[in-house]
Amino acid sequence: MRAYVVRRGLQVIPVTFGVTLLVFAMMLLIPGDPARAILGSYATPENVATLERQLALDRPPHIQYVTWLGNVVTGDFGRSYSLNRPVLDEILERFSATLLLAGTALLITVVLGLTAGIIAAVKQHRWQDRAFTVGALVGLSIPSFWLAMIFIVVFALGLGWFPTSGMRPAFGPSGPLTVLHHLVLPATALALVAAGVIARLTRSSMLEVLRQDYVRTATSKGITRQSVIMRHAFRNAVVNVVPVIGVQVGFLLGGAVYVETVFGWPGIGRMLVTAIGTRDILLVQGGVLLVAITYVLINLAADLVQAALDPRIRLG
Amino acid sequence: MQSNDTSTGRWRRRRTTLVATAVVAALILTACAGDGQAGSDDPVVVGQVAEPASLDPHVVTAVNDFRININLYDGLVQYAADSLEVEPALAVDWTISDDGTLYTFELREGVEFHDGTPFDAEVVKFNFDRMLDEDHPYHDTGPFPLAQQFYGNLAEVRVVDEQTVEFELSSPFAPFLSNLAYPTGLLISPAAVEAHGEDVGRNPVGTGPYVFSEWQSNEFVTLERNPDYWDGAPEVPGVVFRPITESQTRVNELMSGGADMIVEVPPDDVAALRDDPEFMVGEQAGPHVWFLILNLAEAPFDDVRMRKAVNMAIDKESIVNDVLQGTATVANGPIAEAFGAAYNPDLEPYPYDPDAARELIEEAGYGDGVEGTFYVTEGGSGMLDPVAMGEAMQADLRDVGIDARISTFEWNSFLNEVNAGIEGKADMAQMAWMTADPDTLPFLTLRSGAWPDEGGFNSGYYANERVDELLEAAQIEVDEDARIAMYHEMQEIVVEDAPWVFVASWKQSVAMSPRVDGFELHPSFLLRLHDLRWAD
Repeated sequence: MRAYVVRRGLQVIPVTFGVTLLVFAMMLLIPGDPARAILGSYATPENVATLERQLALDRPPHIQYVTWLGNVVTGDFGRSYSLNRPVLDEILERFSATLLLAGTALLITVVLGLTAGIIAAVKQHRWQDRAFTVGALVGLSIPSFWLAMIFIVVFALGLGWFPTSGMRPAFGPSGPLTVLHHLVLPATALALVAAGVIARLTRSSMLEVLRQDYVRTATSKGITRQSVIMRHAFRNAVVNVVPVIGVQVGFLLGGAVYVETVFGWPGIGRMLVTAIGTRDILLVQGGVLLVAITYVLINLAADLVQAALDPRIRLG
Repeated sequence: MQSNDTSTGRWRRRRTTLVATAVVAALILTACAGDGQAGSDDPVVVGQVAEPASLDPHVVTAVNDFRININLYDGLVQYAADSLEVEPALAVDWTISDDGTLYTFELREGVEFHDGTPFDAEVVKFNFDRMLDEDHPYHDTGPFPLAQQFYGNLAEVRVVDEQTVEFELSSPFAPFLSNLAYPTGLLISPAAVEAHGEDVGRNPVGTGPYVFSEWQSNEFVTLERNPDYWDGAPEVPGVVFRPITESQTRVNELMSGGADMIVEVPPDDVAALRDDPEFMVGEQAGPHVWFLILNLAEAPFDDVRMRKAVNMAIDKESIVNDVLQGTATVANGPIAEAFGAAYNPDLEPYPYDPDAARELIEEAGYGDGVEGTFYVTEGGSGMLDPVAMGEAMQADLRDVGIDARISTFEWNSFLNEVNAGIEGKADMAQMAWMTADPDTLPFLTLRSGAWPDEGGFNSGYYANERVDELLEAAQIEVDEDARIAMYHEMQEIVVEDAPWVFVASWKQSVAMSPRVDGFELHPSFLLRLHDLRWAD
């Protein structure tokens, strides 16, 4: 197991390095530059040249990249020129908002997806199965940004149960409860698609396991149905689901871009969209790096959990 | 079978517990939602379009940030209440030398910054030296992107005495005074710059009607009323600016009470909100011109008859009223009406007259039809709804026998393509400018000295000697009336030469709760909230 952990852990390094190189290259390739974006109507050649010199953008790209990489290794992510503050301050603040959103969504995804999948499998061909299967398919087919807009129209504007956007009230007292209140709609909108995926996978995986001989043996030994399902069948079925949950984390982080935009959630997804628009390379680099590392680590964790659950993987 | 029934029973019980928990949670959440009604002790919440880049007036370049800064700071001069003409602010009076190179300002007495720093001539010198003098100890707290553009020919700022300051220009530059009224000329407390360095943009200290209180990144910027404001303390306790990027989300926030006022309302919603008694809509045309650049270097637009023909073939009224739903007005030439005196009100916009256009096209020898390339952008600063506008124009042009093939670009690539000049690439290109002074747009886009290879933005290669003369003379003319006469003549010539299709001027819009009172939109597109109050 230790060798497996070390081997998988080391793979994280080239992956994140590759991501930074790719993002840097893409930011160079897309047309337009930060100086012009900042200057707008006043982007005369003289103004652009002066500003590029002040922002150190007049140096060759490879020097810019190597300098950036060297600084990042020492913990210096540079200063954002569209926000005039250290990149690290900004991305940590924004990332914690995204983690709160995506983490809550992940919780909803897992609880809802596993529960629905198990019930559908146990009640195969009965109305519960049909209801959850249709529900999962609908959840899977609806884009999260559209669902987000429908949620706002129904639950915020129509019923007035939840605020329309933001993470907390613009003034007055605020605490964990008010944040939770703002979190319900975006987290649910974000979670439903992923929950559909998990539910379908859990169902098919459970059905497969429930047909196995050892399940029949366990049942015939007189073990309660619930115990058979949860301890014998589910434990084996979930091995297939865990790595997909890891992949869904990537989906949730990606989907957060849309949901954050619609709900005005101060997360890193919305920050990246804006930063790409203003060609703020340092901010994009820092943000993507953080998201990539998180994604890689969570997938690593999912693989390790799977390995812990299934001896065939860690030995193979 | 029996075990199955038992588990169903358990499930049922568990489900009941789940539902009960959900109901309780919903009740708690609804309870903390409050009643959504703002009281007179509450600040006014403004839905903005973006997170501010900074609140350092010398660093920022976007209207979004100006809208906050104008309430935190004052400049030496400011725009008058309803025009872009200049009136006193922190300077009570000024004189300009006959040669137009020496400006002497007499400063307001007894004004203090929010941190207690007294406002005097040294403060003024510090502010401009910080922006322009590379050896100034705080020049590295920038960059200051617009400083060269607006104050580049400021040679020296001299402190004469505590209440008098002199600005010496290296050459006369008539737009200088109105550039001082631009939000880049707002004055910041030197003590704050010394204390916070490059982070002063997050700890802003001005002399304005509101005092900075809190900036929660991407959530809100909170300002409180300045009880000691020299021009009278505001009535509302404070203002909160929320960055709400999505225009539909902004409208939702207004409707749900999460914002009391929103800016840049989408055209569809302006129309709907205008008719809704629950809300008020304010609109004001700004210093903005939306136009089509025509390629004068090549056929067919090297012929003035063809240029006039497209000006008459395009139904501008329909674009403004149908495509833009009344969120813009028809432009008559290269200077927007918002500029007041500099705008020539005697010029009639080209009428929509497809028959006359067809005649001109016939005369020019293109009666059998002509093809051309039309550069359209997907969207960009001040471009309104460029794709829909482009398609409407394409249809109008097809009507008179011009087949305009649209090429669409993302905004940044569009600027790269168009600013480099459109010869050999396109016959028409969309463009829009919003400026601080009537001088800027024509000077940078209509002079022959502003062709792309000369570093300007005359991307369609227009050249007229008299226009060059007038624009160069106007820029150094200190006598305001003489300067205005030059602009009027320039507009007449340019409209006659028709190097562009003059299309529209954008109207800024705000939508407000009727509980907000005392707010007027300003042609500068800034958002002055000094006189804001809660309606009774």
